[in-house]
Amino acid sequence: MARYFTQEHEWIDVEGDTATIGITDYAQAQLGDLVFIEVPEAGSTLAKGKEAAVVESVKAASDVYSPVSGTVTEGNAALVEDPSVVNSDAEGAGWFYKLTIADPAEIEGLMDESAYKEFVAGLD
Amino acid sequence: MTEPALQTGPAPIEDLQPPSSMPLPLDGWHRAQGARMVPFAGYAMPIHYPEGIIAEHEWTRHHAGLFDVSHMGQLTVSGSGAAEALEALLPADLHALKAGRMRYSLLLDDEGGILDDLIVTRGGDEDGALFALVVNGATKDDDIAHLRSRLPKGIELIHREDQALLALQGPAAAGVLEQVFPGIGAEIGFMQATSRRLGQVDVGIGRSGYTGEDGFELSVPAAHAEMLAEQLAAHPEVKPIGLGARDSLRLEAGLPLYGHDLGLDTDPVSAGLAFAISKKRREAGGFPGAARIARLLEEGAPERLVGLALEGRMAAREGSSVMMGDTIVGRVTSGGFSPTLGHPIAMAYVEAAHAEQGTQLAAQVRGKLLPARVVPLPFVPHRYHRKGGV
Repeated sequence: MARYFTQEHEWIDVEGDTATIGITDYAQAQLGDLVFIEVPEAGSTLAKGKEAAVVESVKAASDVYSPVSGTVTEGNAALVEDPSVVNSDAEGAGWFYKLTIADPAEIEGLMDESAYKEFVAGLD
Repeated sequence: MTEPALQTGPAPIEDLQPPSSMPLPLDGWHRAQGARMVPFAGYAMPIHYPEGIIAEHEWTRHHAGLFDVSHMGQLTVSGSGAAEALEALLPADLHALKAGRMRYSLLLDDEGGILDDLIVTRGGDEDGALFALVVNGATKDDDIAHLRSRLPKGIELIHREDQALLALQGPAAAGVLEQVFPGIGAEIGFMQATSRRLGQVDVGIGRSGYTGEDGFELSVPAAHAEMLAEQLAAHPEVKPIGLGARDSLRLEAGLPLYGHDLGLDTDPVSAGLAFAISKKRREAGGFPGAARIARLLEEGAPERLVGLALEGRMAAREGSSVMMGDTIVGRVTSGGFSPTLGHPIAMAYVEAAHAEQGTQLAAQVRGKLLPARVVPLPFVPHRYHRKGGV
C-alpha cells in the first residue's frame, strides 16, 4: 500500500484499484474543532478535483475535493456521528471515504509523504 | 462589540493559510501561548490556542476568558460642545449620559444606514466634555475619516493607537479582577466605567463585553499590555481565548457583528437595535437618518433580524437563503454551531410576516433545506452584572 498527498491537504491510500481518502493532520489542525462532516454515499461517482465531502469547523465550512476520480464504495458513517474523530486521528480512523479508482494514471503527480511534509513546511 | 469576517461559507482548505498582517502589541505573547495566528481586520490575531475553539468557548462560559481586542479602534472626542457634536452623528442621548457611564450606539449615515456600532463612554470628569469611543477594527479608518469630516472645528478627535485593549469575560472575571483592582466589582456594574492605577500605569476599565457574560474591558498603554495580560492569565481561572470563540460566544449572546448582521443596507430598527435610540432623541430627531428611522419605528420594519435554531449539526452560514416553502423570505447573516446548545444557530433578516417566534422556516445550505425555527435572541441568556438599576 502506498500513501499519497495533495496540495489541498488530502491523503490517499492506494491498494490495487481501491483508494481510501481523508484529510491530513495538518488540515484538521488548520480547521480546528470539527462539528459537522458530510461524506459521499456509496455508489456516487466522483471526479478528480471536484467536491467530494464537506467539513465544518466552528469557524468555517470547507470543501474536500476528490484527489482521484472513481466510484465510492463506502463513506465513513462514524464521522457523521462524531466529527471529532478527524481531530484526534485524521490520518487513521478519521478516513472520509473509499472508492474504486477509475484512472490509475491520476495517482501520478500526487506527492509522497516527504514531498508533502516539505510542502507544508513551506506554508508556515 | 463587533468584528469583521471570520471565514464563512465553503472554501478550499488551502485558503486557510495566513497571509502577513500587522502585529498587535501582544503578538509575541499570543505566539508564546501557542496561538494560531490569522489575519483579521489587517492584523495578525489569535483565532485559537492549543485547546481549540470549543474548549475556549466553554471555558469562558464557566470560568474567565482573556481576549486581546487591541485591533479595535479606541478614540476620544473632546472639547466644548463635544456632546452636541457627537449627537449630530449618532442617536444616543449623550447629554443625559453621566460620567463613567457607557452606551451602545451606532454611527449612522444620512439615510439611517449603519456605518458602525460602538460603545461610547463619558469621561470621568463631570465638567469635561470627553467621550471615549470603541469602534470596530475593520471600520475604524472609515469611522475616523467620517468623524473628522463631520465634527466641527474645536472638537478634538484622537485615535489612541498607543493603547491596547483586553477583555476579561466570564463568571469568574469579577473575582479575578478583584485581586488586581480591589473593590472593582462593587464600584462598577454593567455598562459603567472607571480608571485605576496598576503600579505606575493607568488602566481604563469598563464593565462590558461581547460574550453575554459578566466581564470587563481594560484599556492599557500598549507597552504595558503584556504585563497586564500576564498578571490576569496567571490566575488559574483565566485562559487566553481567541477570535473563534469570541465569534461563537457573541453569536450565542445574539450580539450583532458589523459587516455581517449590520451594515449600510441595514438600519437600527430592522436590526433590533431601537433600544440604542433614546426616547428623547426619537422625539427630537437631529441625528442622521432620523426621519427614515422615525418612519420605521412608526410603521414597523419590513424585515427583522431574528434568531434561528437549526436541527442536526450542519450549520447555515452567512449568505444562506431563508425559505418559507419555495419562497425566499430572508437571508442568514451569521451562523454557526452553538457549543452551549449543541446545535447550529443563526441570525437572519426575515420578512416581518415570517419573523414571529416559533415560525417554522428552512435555511438553504448546499442544496438542502435545513429546518430552522424562529427563536428569541439571545440564544443563551445574558448574565450581566447590573448595578443600581442601570
